[in-house]
Amino acid sequence: MDDIQKRILKEVAELDALPVGAFNIRANGESAARNTTANIDIVTKEDKPGIDIIIKDGTKNESCHIPVIISKTGLKECVYNDFFIGDNCDVTIVAGCGISNCGSHDSAHDGIHSFHVGKNSKVKYIERHYGEGTGTGKRFMNPTTEVELGEGSTMDMDTSQIAGINDTYRITKADISKDAMLIIHDKILTNEDQTAKAELICNLDGENSRADIVSRGVAKGDSVQDVIIDISGNNKCYGHAECDSIIMDRGVIVATPKLKASCVDASLVHEAAIGKIAGEQITKLMTLGLTEQEAEAKIIEGFLR
Amino acid sequence: MLELQNICFRADDKDILTDVNLKIDDKFVAITGPNGSGKSTLLKVIMGINEPTSGRVIFDGEDITDLPVNERAKRGLSFAFQQPVKFKGLRVRDLLTIASGSKMDLDRDCSFLKAVGLCPRDYIDREINDTLSGGEMKRIEIAMAAAKGGKMSLFDEPEAGIDLWSFNSLIDVFENLREKTDGNILIISHQERILEIADKIVYLKDGKVARYDTAEVIMDEFGMRRGRGCKCAHGMEGESCNG
Ligand SMILES: Nc1ncnc2c1ncn2[C@@H]1O[C@H](COP(=O)(O)OP(=O)(O)OP(=O)(O)O)[C@@H](O)[C@H]1O
Ligand SMILES: [Mg+2]
Repeated sequence: MDDIQKRILKEVAELDALPVGAFNIRANGESAARNTTANIDIVTKEDKPGIDIIIKDGTKNESCHIPVIISKTGLKECVYNDFFIGDNCDVTIVAGCGISNCGSHDSAHDGIHSFHVGKNSKVKYIERHYGEGTGTGKRFMNPTTEVELGEGSTMDMDTSQIAGINDTYRITKADISKDAMLIIHDKILTNEDQTAKAELICNLDGENSRADIVSRGVAKGDSVQDVIIDISGNNKCYGHAECDSIIMDRGVIVATPKLKASCVDASLVHEAAIGKIAGEQITKLMTLGLTEQEAEAKIIEGFLR
Repeated sequence: MLELQNICFRADDKDILTDVNLKIDDKFVAITGPNGSGKSTLLKVIMGINEPTSGRVIFDGEDITDLPVNERAKRGLSFAFQQPVKFKGLRVRDLLTIASGSKMDLDRDCSFLKAVGLCPRDYIDREINDTLSGGEMKRIEIAMAAAKGGKMSLFDEPEAGIDLWSFNSLIDVFENLREKTDGNILIISHQERILEIADKIVYLKDGKVARYDTAEVIMDEFGMRRGRGCKCAHGMEGESCNG
């Protein structure tokens, strides 16, 4: 890997070197490095671009990194990654995509992830999207994540898009079984004329299923964000949706929490708030010695942590 | 050290501060007075959070009336709010690090929490948000002002909301600050125990300085001492319980 690719790898996966455990690094459309373990297998798909990640029953305290790097201008790809996670697992999956585009052609990565999680498993999923580049070519990302969460399982998703993506349309869809729980913390920062659309859809199908979905967005410059959290309670369940946004400059945010209950024992709540940074927060940090700009940056850094 | 010259503050067509003149040179000065008399407003004028309608603020020989809050902070003023500000995502350790103005130093930051009676392990990574109780928030606010330090620390009713059992150790915090730091303290308080360790007391009424004298004189004059042997519901017999 060259220096640009190494730097992007650090941005999306916080990796300085190859990770321990299972990994598959995809760079400019090809597999650049791969490692499997006794419990985690990674197999290249035959019929379309992408991989199958197969995690055996009872796999504990293991991780799997699957970062994608694009540094070639004009590269557009659509990749399918399927995760088959067994029963009684406790694993961490780190995905993410970084595009560096210094050329004049648009680059794009569409990642379709599907998770099939067995029973009583715990999955931590971390996904970072990042773009950079000085060229006129744009950077696009359209991730779709589909989750089937088995009985008694928990999936904790931490997804973020912090900088440099011109346009994104992200869809996350989850079906939650009995006693299973989905947690999503989604963070988006847009700037200049970037646009971002996110749909987080969750079906609470099983008895005592739970979902806690929190989206935080910051729109700066002339950027526009459109966030929908859509929870359906189809059984005795608990669902919480929260859209919390900060707008700056001429930014625009549309936040839509949507709830549907089709069972009298479904308990669903939503909250939505949009506003500028609270003046008293800036004042407080200024009393500690920060300038107004430094204070704003700190507040946003915390908000999107 | 600090001089206020003819400070006036008007808001909503009301005179909130009228022609306040004060010279503060003593190490520990308390401001007291009825609710709504303008104490918090005055402290905010000193820090630059409120801009006075007229008048000058002189700090250490320099006219700071037109300086923004952060420039005053740099010149050695620190501030603890009556109602501490909450954030989303920023943690106690983040703000303590900013307050101390240098790199993160866990031992140092923890010592500030210990001093206000909070177990550092339980609080250092807590977010400064609605999940903290009122008293916890106030203690963290004091810890931050202490971490910031400087030539003059301004506290707005730091003891409000702190339970009686912790109150004594909080008094120690201020006595320590008074003895160990070389900075001055200007503190708004209604509490006898704080007022009696002050060198001087400013009595503010209807936006004006009604009296400014030594603590002894003011406390006697306004009957601010409760006397010992309180037998109130708090059952702290033999002590001044502030209840
Ligand atoms: N920005 C403002 N606009 C209108 N009225 C204000 C403003 N700021 C303060 N006031 C009013 O000025 C008066 C003094 O307020 P201040 O907060 O300084 O009182 P205080 O002495 O600190 O009272 P307390 O002991 O209750 O804390 C109050 O009547 C308050 O409602
Ligand atoms: Mg007040």
